[in-house]
Amino acid sequence: MHEMSICESILGLIRDQAKAQDFSKVKRVCLEIGPLSGVEIEALKFGFDVVMRDTLADGARLEIIETAGTAWCMPCGQSVPIGQRFDACPLCGSHQLRVTGGDELRVKELEVN
Amino acid sequence: MCTVCGCGEGEIRIEGEEHGHHPHHHDHPHGHGTHHYGEGPAGTSVPGMSQTRLIRLEQDILSKNNTYAARNRQLFADRGILALNLVSSPGSGKTTLLVKTIDMLAGRLNPYVIEGDQQTSADADRIRATGAPAIQVNTGKGCHLDGHMVGHALQHLAPVDGSVVFIENVGNLVCPAAFDLGEAHKVAILSVTEGEDKPLKYPDMFAASDLVLLNKTDLLPHLDFDVEAAIANARKVNPAIRVLQVSARTGDGMAGWCAWIEAARAMQLAGRPPGAAAE
Repeated sequence: MHEMSICESILGLIRDQAKAQDFSKVKRVCLEIGPLSGVEIEALKFGFDVVMRDTLADGARLEIIETAGTAWCMPCGQSVPIGQRFDACPLCGSHQLRVTGGDELRVKELEVN
Repeated sequence: MCTVCGCGEGEIRIEGEEHGHHPHHHDHPHGHGTHHYGEGPAGTSVPGMSQTRLIRLEQDILSKNNTYAARNRQLFADRGILALNLVSSPGSGKTTLLVKTIDMLAGRLNPYVIEGDQQTSADADRIRATGAPAIQVNTGKGCHLDGHMVGHALQHLAPVDGSVVFIENVGNLVCPAAFDLGEAHKVAILSVTEGEDKPLKYPDMFAASDLVLLNKTDLLPHLDFDVEAAIANARKVNPAIRVLQVSARTGDGMAGWCAWIEAARAMQLAGRPPGAAAE
């Protein structure tokens, strides 16, 4: 449910950048989102169009790069891929995992003019 | 004039006052009506070339919230205040638990409460009845408190040095996980009427929390709730999480929770910068 406020945060970042870097129109927004960021990508896409309407990013194309989830398995002593926070280690089945990647929630780049 | 921020949206209310001071203006000095082809970033106009450009940002979407949260955290550190962010689903018994906790801590600690709800000041009223100062933040349509709201609430609440600030978040196991408020610990409250698989259904919240209070344990004889399974599920998501079993109604286990708070407060005081006033 907080995808709308995430979109409003994105708009806030865009507005700050518009001031700092002097642009008035955003054509494309590229985000980097991990599977452990707690964000539902479909809901974000929906919220994006609604929040950007009648702003400098109205009609901007939304591009999402989905990153991979990774964790450090303590028993195995190595990095392993995970899809969700409660996944077991795919090698040994342990839950002694420390998440090391996949919680990204980032604006990667903007295409502006 | 507000010193926490430079903005505010109309939906958020702190104790009935609309938080809508200084509106945003995002005007740009573009001369409308005439075309200046040399105003682009390159400072020139080249036929056939657009002035579209790429800006690499690599900026965290929640960075603004994190800035407010960091400011709150610094204030807590400087003044030896322990801040706890209490998160749970609606109806887990957060407010009852807080009322009981404040009663038990009375005379030992100075508790303050920031109450987050979409509407009404019912919870802050319940807390004030205990004698502890409380402030209600209504988030309007918002589903969580954020660092900015808590910064303002702290200005109104003005907690004394060395006190404990309980932040009762909006009843929601999803969104508050993502929004740092500057607290020392998130404490998740899970009641035994909810189902032992909740940590797996809402893993982000249990991953972000340091402690689970398994509440309403007085009801266990009437339920099929599997305490061990609930704890195992919480540890699957967060191997380091601690679990305390309590009943706010009967007081069972509450002494352990109060001891946890006092230990956390001692840690917070130990982290104070040298020269800070002794508590």
